[in-house]
Amino acid sequence: MTVFVIRRLMQSILVLFAMSAIVFFGVYVVGDPVEILVSHEADEAERARVAAALGLDRPVWVQYFAFLENALGGDLGKSFVFGIPAIQLILQRMPATFELVIVSFVIAVGLGIPLGMYAGYRPNSAGAKTIMAGSILGFSLPTFWVGLMLIMIFAVEMQILPAGGRGPVGSFLGMQSSLFSWTGLGHLFLPALNLALFKLALVIRLARAGMRETLLLDYVKYARAKGLAMRRIVFVHVLKNIMIPIVTVLGLELGSQIAFSVVTETVFAWPGMGKLIIESIDKLDRPVIVAYLLVIVVIFVLINLVVDVLYSVLDPRVRLAARA
Amino acid sequence: MSAAHEAVFPAEAAPARAEANWRRVWREFAESRIALAALAGVILVVLAAVLAPLLAPQNPYDLRQLDILGNLLAPGAKSSAGYTHWLGTDDQGRDMLSGILYGLRISLGVGVASGVIALAAGMAIGLFAAYAGGRVDAFVMRIVDVQLSFPAVLVALILLAVLGRGAEKIVLALVIVQWAYYARTVRASALVELNKEYVAAARCLAFGPARILFRHVLPNCLPPLLVVGTIQTAHAIALEATLSYLGIGMPLTEPSLGRLIANGYQYMLSGKYWISVFPGVALLLAIASINLVGDQLRDILNPRLRR
Repeated sequence: MTVFVIRRLMQSILVLFAMSAIVFFGVYVVGDPVEILVSHEADEAERARVAAALGLDRPVWVQYFAFLENALGGDLGKSFVFGIPAIQLILQRMPATFELVIVSFVIAVGLGIPLGMYAGYRPNSAGAKTIMAGSILGFSLPTFWVGLMLIMIFAVEMQILPAGGRGPVGSFLGMQSSLFSWTGLGHLFLPALNLALFKLALVIRLARAGMRETLLLDYVKYARAKGLAMRRIVFVHVLKNIMIPIVTVLGLELGSQIAFSVVTETVFAWPGMGKLIIESIDKLDRPVIVAYLLVIVVIFVLINLVVDVLYSVLDPRVRLAARA
Repeated sequence: MSAAHEAVFPAEAAPARAEANWRRVWREFAESRIALAALAGVILVVLAAVLAPLLAPQNPYDLRQLDILGNLLAPGAKSSAGYTHWLGTDDQGRDMLSGILYGLRISLGVGVASGVIALAAGMAIGLFAAYAGGRVDAFVMRIVDVQLSFPAVLVALILLAVLGRGAEKIVLALVIVQWAYYARTVRASALVELNKEYVAAARCLAFGPARILFRHVLPNCLPPLLVVGTIQTAHAIALEATLSYLGIGMPLTEPSLGRLIANGYQYMLSGKYWISVFPGVALLLAIASINLVGDQLRDILNPRLRR
């Protein structure tokens, strides 16, 4: 187990290095930030001065090594636009994104597992067909369009929920979050629902597929032959086994959820990391783009690691295979 | 060699079986009325996209045909020229129906082009990895794993930030995002197929790797590839729309459905819903019907669910 975790950690660090190089060199090619930051009337000397101040006059690879050295010390460069450290900028926006992602996850899992299990248990019932049709819609509808429709229905037509923004944050035990104020919750609801829809559809499908395939297995037949109540079989034995793929996928999706929040945050003007990256791409704010990507990669790598470990806890077969 | 080949693979048996298979797939496919309706939807959308220049009452790119005074007309309103805009007009007086038909053309074109290229690339890489085995296989699959562990929207976002804007760049970004799905699917089925006796027989006949892979193994890997291909194409269309909505996809001069929807956003807040809603409905129709077809195909072709 320890060897497994260490090996995975080493791999993760390699991925991190590869990504940092790809991203850094990739972003370097994009354009010239000096063009954007300096006014059109500026002369050559002024431009050179700005380029030197930003460290842009040095060769790419020197910049990369300087960047790498600083990155290892937690310094990912200063935002060209805001003039404050990129990492600080991202960390400031992170709570808003996490809040959104967590609430959307709760919605997806809380609704998705029961609905999916029902759809798998009675695949031919009208309820199951409705649920599955709904899940296909959840997959098909592009997130941004659903977001727009939610705004149109709840904010423009019915005028019961705000169209965007984060609203006031409440304070609880020193933590600042929209979860702790009623207006904040109102602002949070639509974006979280919007972000949850895709995952909800996914969880429903996984739970349904798992249910359908697991119910046919011998151990279920055996449990029924033994006289166990269907209720117990489904909620104890089957649920445990269908949780394996769901935990894996959900764990991996946690990262993609953070990435997907780019879209939801843009639609709802939610001041999180996703909106920041779109703005940074627009303004070619290189340090912020690179820092955002590295933060995302770190999050992904950590999530993958945790999921792998969880997986081996949930499914003893994985542990045995790893030992062999 | 040809005689030995005939002995191992009787010439007429194989095509007949394949035909019966396709007939069975079609029969099972037609069992679901929803799937049939979805197929009709796909055909409708494709026809609308292909025939857009013939169907559209206006060429939305031709500025001379735009009537700036007749902008933001509600659906069904008549323009000054006496023409009825069934789906209204946008902020530049562009007929929404025409805009949608042309937008659909771009969205579908980008989606299908990237799907086909990604399929070809992924298929070749997957087959190669399965055939080579060992370290090459492990290395290729490691890249696939890493690639797939990053969400498509993020990878595409970064690529477009790096590449810049334009149709060919967005296709390239979508191909890079998608090839790994195909590679993984093909490799998984190819590994199973390569262990079968007919491959051993083909090897005994001293067929080259290319012939074994493309003539004998590949046809047997097609069913799962078909399913993945259908669903990935729908994904590609949705992803392109999302990127265009975020303002980093198709340029303004070639508005895809996503860009049309983004255009209408500001007007939506003042109650002018049609500029965003109708392109969205068209997008939804395209994506949902492709997905439903793919879904039914998966149910038919998945041996684990075979009744």
